[in-house]
Formats: sequence, structure tokens, C-alpha cells
Amino acid sequence: MMQSSDSKETAREIVAPGDLLDDTGKEPGPGTYAEGKKIFAAQLGIKTVRSNVVGVVPLAGRYIPARGDLVIGKIVDMSASSWLVDINAPWPSPLHVNEVPWRVEFGETKKFMTTGDVLLLTVLGFDEYMRISVSMKDHGLRKLTGGMILEVSPSKVPRLIGKNGSMIQMLKNMTGCRIYVGQNGRIWIDGELDSITKAVSAIKLIEDEAHNLGLTEKVKKLLEGHSSQGA
Amino acid sequence: MGGTPTDLKLIDENGRRLDGRLPDEMRPLRIEAGVLKRADGSAYVEWGNNKVLAAVYGPRECHPRHAQNPTRALVQCHYNMAAFSVDDRKRPGPDRRSQEISKIISEALTHVVFTEYFPRASIDVYIEVLQANAGTRCAGLTAASVALADAGIPMRDMVASCAAGKVANTVVLDLGKEEDNFGQADIPVGYVPRTDEIVLLQMDGDLTLDEYKKGLTMAVEACKNIHEIQRDALRRRYQAKSMEVPIVEPAPAQQEGA
Repeated sequence: MMQSSDSKETAREIVAPGDLLDDTGKEPGPGTYAEGKKIFAAQLGIKTVRSNVVGVVPLAGRYIPARGDLVIGKIVDMSASSWLVDINAPWPSPLHVNEVPWRVEFGETKKFMTTGDVLLLTVLGFDEYMRISVSMKDHGLRKLTGGMILEVSPSKVPRLIGKNGSMIQMLKNMTGCRIYVGQNGRIWIDGELDSITKAVSAIKLIEDEAHNLGLTEKVKKLLEGHSSQGA
Repeated sequence: MGGTPTDLKLIDENGRRLDGRLPDEMRPLRIEAGVLKRADGSAYVEWGNNKVLAAVYGPRECHPRHAQNPTRALVQCHYNMAAFSVDDRKRPGPDRRSQEISKIISEALTHVVFTEYFPRASIDVYIEVLQANAGTRCAGLTAASVALADAGIPMRDMVASCAAGKVANTVVLDLGKEEDNFGQADIPVGYVPRTDEIVLLQMDGDLTLDEYKKGLTMAVEACKNIHEIQRDALRRRYQAKSMEVPIVEPAPAQQEGA
């Protein structure tokens, strides 16, 4: 099983927690842990070797916030000076009134947004106790109205976006939908009903086969097939 | 031992056990990962006549709040036997036995999970015994480890678990139901192959020190095999997926929107 340890991503090697990945003195990357010179997988995923770093791209897992992530959150509660937003993470994340583009008086949070509203947010950061803070004060961040929300596993998001956004760009171009992909696995889609249906089935395909090669072609075929059937 | 029926021969003249196994043979084990769609991770284990299902949720917010640890995640295991898992109906609900098993499995798993990555959170493991035939805590722990890995939870290694024991004055591996009921001792072992650590060890019955050592060695060796089966189950989950029959989903409606 270890024949191709030196070559770069020749085969997609699936590793389980505890599998030995490297003992030649490389750097441990994400999804791994090191003991001395040995690097082991910490997560179920696909082994990746880039120059000097050995990492594991996870195949599953909850969303763990990172600074600067674009996420789609849903308001679950309100207080006098903040909204509590569910961003699909293991921890609650409050959106403080200072982090919205309006001036909100104390106790008037309800006048602006209420429970159930869906927001496009960015993760400002978190402390050692994982108290997360999110913001809606950047370009393009706003309350999302209309459209629909789709949830995929957060581990599939990089594949859905593609290299430099190639996959999602193709999806947008070929379906004509407006799409936002949150790093937390939530996707907002708006457009014509037919094109939403098309986009949803393409996203489902990407989620199911995120670990396989030649995905872009498959998605392209699916989208083209749909449009020819629809005509 | 008290309740042994006099005509029950646990080991015959050829050294074979009731089900034809040799003393160091394990019952057939089959593991399937990712069997439940709604849980974050899951596994199904068939081990002899044991049928055990494990599901993992999390890391997620810990409830009750006072149980939270500000620096680490909690691994909370809930072991439960189905009413129909044994010959006489098992009275449903938690009892002393299942509380004990939940506790020891939680502790065994806490040892391998990187709990420090998820302060204040909780990782919930649910083990459902659908059919019991001795060794369900080992089957449960084995299944729970696979379910945790399937949920993408960072961990040092998977825990493999197997029991050894003493039956008809012989040290044997992986006791079956009759051997457990009428045998002399039972030692369940939870083992972490990579670090060569034991994270679960219990003993029910009497053994000499030599017998104990022999049994433990046998169980540890078996755990190494079980660990391979666990890894294989996880790998198969993703290799077989492309051949899976696609599930026909109803056309998405708009009611999910904002």
C-alpha cells in the first residue's frame, strides 16, 4: 500500500487515524500529528504531499471556524446587543451590534434582523476557549433574502469551489444562478427554478464524488445533459 | 463454577470449542463504516452473533452546560441494549451495567481523541446493541472507534478491542455466550496498536498470573488484527462509494429558502 510514497498524488491514498504517513523528517501539515520524526494521520482523509509538508485532506468532519472564512449563518437568538448565529460550528457565534453595517441602539437588535434570518458573514476570530466572533461589516456581506439554502459536508467545500474558484465559476456560468458558498458547508442559491434544480443536482454530484478524479468533466456532462433535456 | 450444566463440554477432546474454534481463534468479524445518513459518523459491526451499531454526533455544543470543560471536549458515550437483543426481553433503559460500559468506553475513547482541539464541546457516541452474544462491550468499542474516525474526528489512533478468558481450564480468545456464562474468567481488553497502550482492561473471574498474561497477550494480538479490519472498513467506504446505486431524491422544493 505504500508503493507510491515518494511520488506526488499519483494515487489518492486513503488514510485512517493512526496511519504512518512519513518518517523521513518532513513537516507535519493539517490533519496530522508528529511524534519525533514520524508523522501520523489524525483524521480519515486523503494523504497529500507538497514539497516538505505531509498533510491529510479530510473526507468528513464538522466545520471548524478559521479566521477570515466566509460563512452562511442563521440567527437563532437575539439579545440586547447581539444576535446569536448558528454557523454550523460546534460553538455558538454571537454577532455583535458593532459588527453590522448599521448603527443599532441598545435593545433594538430586533428591528434589524430577527430569528430565522440568513446572513452572509465572515469569521473575525476566536480565542483559546473557542469563543467565536463573526462580522457582517465587509464588502458583500449582508442579509440573504430569497433563494434557497443547501447544506453539504464542510470537507467537500474546497472541491466545490475548485482551484481558484473554477468549479463554482463553471456552475454559475452554466446555470446562471447566483451562488454563495460558505466555508461552513452552507450554500445559498438563487435563480430560475429550473436552473436551481440543475445546480442542486450538480452540487449533490460533487458532494458524492468529491474524493474521485475527473470530477469537473462529470459535472460538465451533467450540466450539459440537463440543458439539452430541458430544451 | 455454580451454574455449569454437567453435560456441557465447553472444549472437546480435540481441543475444539462449542462452535468449532481453536482456543486462539476469534469469531468472524465484519465492519461496515458510514451506514447511517443522519449521524456525523457511524459503523455497524457483526462479530459472531453480535450485532452492534455505533453513531457519532459532534463535536457539538455540550449539554448540560455545567458539564462543559473549558479546555477540552467531552467524549460522552451511551451504550444501550435493545429490548430484543437477548433471549429474555431486556428491560429497556439505562441500568448499572450499561452505565458502567458507557463510562469505560468513554474513557477509552477520550484517551485517543484530540479533545484539546474542541474546548467546551461534546462528542456524543451512541452504541446500540441489536443482538448480544457475549463481548458486546468489545464490539461496541470497536464500532465506536470506526464511527469516530468516520465522523472525521481527529484522533491518535483507533481503539481495537477484544476479550480473552478462561474456559474449561484453558485460556481462550473471544468468548462466546456459553463460554461467558459457564466459563471461569473473562478479560475484555481495549488496545491502541500504534502506541501499544491498553485503554480498557477489566477482569471477571479468577485467573492465575500466568493465565492472565497469556490471555492478555492473545487479546492484544487479536486487537492488532481487528485494527486492520477497522482500517479496511473505512477505506472500503470511500472506494466502494462510486459504485453505489444513486439514491433517488425528490426534486428540491423552495421551502428550504430564507
